[in-house]
Amino acid sequence: MAQGVWTIAEQRDGEFRKITFEVVSEGRRLADALGVELTAIVLGAGMKDKAAVLAQYGADRVIVADDPRLETYTTDAYTSVLSQILSAAEQGVVLMGASVQGKDLAGRLSARLEAGMAQDCTAFSIEDGEFVAVRPIYAGKAYVKLGFPAGGFRIATARPNVMSIAELDAGRSCEVVDAEFKLDDAELKTRVVEVLADESGKIDLTEADKIVSGGRGMKGPENYAILEELAALIGAAVGASRSAVDAGWRPHADQVGQTGKVVSPNLYIACGISGAIQHLAGMGTSKYIVAINKDPDAPIFQRADYGVVADLFDVVPALTEEVKKIL
Amino acid sequence: MNIIVCLKQVPDTESRIKVAADKKSIVTDDLKWVMNPYDEFGVEEALRLKEKFGGEVTVVGVGPKRVTEAIRTALAMGADKGILVNDEAIAGSDSLAVARILASVIKNLDFDLIFTGQRGVDDDLGVVGAAVAEFLGIPQVSLAVKVEVVEDAKSVRVHRPVEGCTLVLEAELPALITAQKGLNEPRYASLPGIMKAKKKPLEEKNLADLGLDAETAGEGARKLKVLELTPPPERAPGRIIEGESAREKAAELARLLHEEAKVI
Repeated sequence: MAQGVWTIAEQRDGEFRKITFEVVSEGRRLADALGVELTAIVLGAGMKDKAAVLAQYGADRVIVADDPRLETYTTDAYTSVLSQILSAAEQGVVLMGASVQGKDLAGRLSARLEAGMAQDCTAFSIEDGEFVAVRPIYAGKAYVKLGFPAGGFRIATARPNVMSIAELDAGRSCEVVDAEFKLDDAELKTRVVEVLADESGKIDLTEADKIVSGGRGMKGPENYAILEELAALIGAAVGASRSAVDAGWRPHADQVGQTGKVVSPNLYIACGISGAIQHLAGMGTSKYIVAINKDPDAPIFQRADYGVVADLFDVVPALTEEVKKIL
Repeated sequence: MNIIVCLKQVPDTESRIKVAADKKSIVTDDLKWVMNPYDEFGVEEALRLKEKFGGEVTVVGVGPKRVTEAIRTALAMGADKGILVNDEAIAGSDSLAVARILASVIKNLDFDLIFTGQRGVDDDLGVVGAAVAEFLGIPQVSLAVKVEVVEDAKSVRVHRPVEGCTLVLEAELPALITAQKGLNEPRYASLPGIMKAKKKPLEEKNLADLGLDAETAGEGARKLKVLELTPPPERAPGRIIEGESAREKAAELARLLHEEAKVI
């Protein structure tokens, strides 16, 4: 499989997002296994000076597409520019993050390039010289290992927080080249007209390192204050089960589960969540799971690394106090 | 305003998923099939826009005969007509093949907007919407939680949550929008709605009707090959934290998270 590995960087407001480093680091491991070059592609406006840092995470070459129309992601502009850059090759592994942007882009790009695409992968490997991807399906109720028999480009997105970031090699550098592309305004049929900020300082669930989540056992929206307090203390995001969201206690964006966000934090604290199968599906890849529930038979305890059988209204405030002593 | 909604039928989200003996598929015997939950938001939004602007809502599904149930559900909610593409050659198709079939149906229809769910809750790929838009050469906006058709009905404004903020995008019509939870509360089909749905047109087509070769669909056309399906990795059994009181248990939990798991 003589070909390269290409990683698509993701930036917002001119700064690389953490997922970019995860993807470049993983790209390096794959490029080494295949014995090929790793190219990082950066799309944005005024990103060229910052792009060199990707060499320190393992890129052999960085290609920068610089245009004011690439400053903020749109499907039209990014798909057009990337397909032009990739057309220099006939095949290769193309990796990006399974962020909101990456998932959107990977879908459209796979259709444009007629390429196979594996979304939200949790592991990649090279088997018999071929690229193989593993990804959860049915929101994690099963896992599928996929090969790419059609050849051409093999596109995959990596679930955030899963691929480890390589240690920075400050001595490493590489060439940073300008991409050649044409972008016709007539192609651009979508534009961002406004950006509405969420509540200030709120961490997005899919990117959160820790999540404190509440379910039906919270009894009402006013009681989430105790979760917010614990979350603020340990730097966690606050999530919710479907029943809490359907009851109108928490916004839709906070829902964890098969019809909500699929999350993979280092620590997931489930409070008053019984553990419906569709919820377990959405948080099953968390590294450490804590369950706090007064029902000892709640299915959530089957998945928990640490279970506390007690009333969450006693345990959570006490836990907050105990953590304060430690920190 | 004429609107198309693409429908998929999926196992109910409360279903247990069992890997079949061939390790390439799942056991489908006991599954309850429902309309993909994200597609329901698309149907509801299409109906609301129709109520405001007039026009027709057409639902299109691809798959075996049972998919008719999902189409009938949409018709009972208020959609005007349904189209099912059913052909033996379709079994085992991947998302790009399904998208090509959907695009082949839709290109012959008169439409201003297309809705799909943001992803099917089975494969969780989220490719079909983007690929239908690509094959039709129209813009897409994914993960919509709010849709406003601009007054001249030439463009649409869509709210799209991304990590940490919500983008407001404007897209020229015709466009494809993928529906996210939060867009609306889908209505239930009423009894009169269910009765009326039985008389609404539901057309069935095969690949030849669409001018597509059997080779463009099915297992043989897959860009991705399933090598193996496995149940989720087992988690090591956890422990229940003992203690006389909630406070004691909380203290022990804090200690374990700090010293053993090292996450706090």
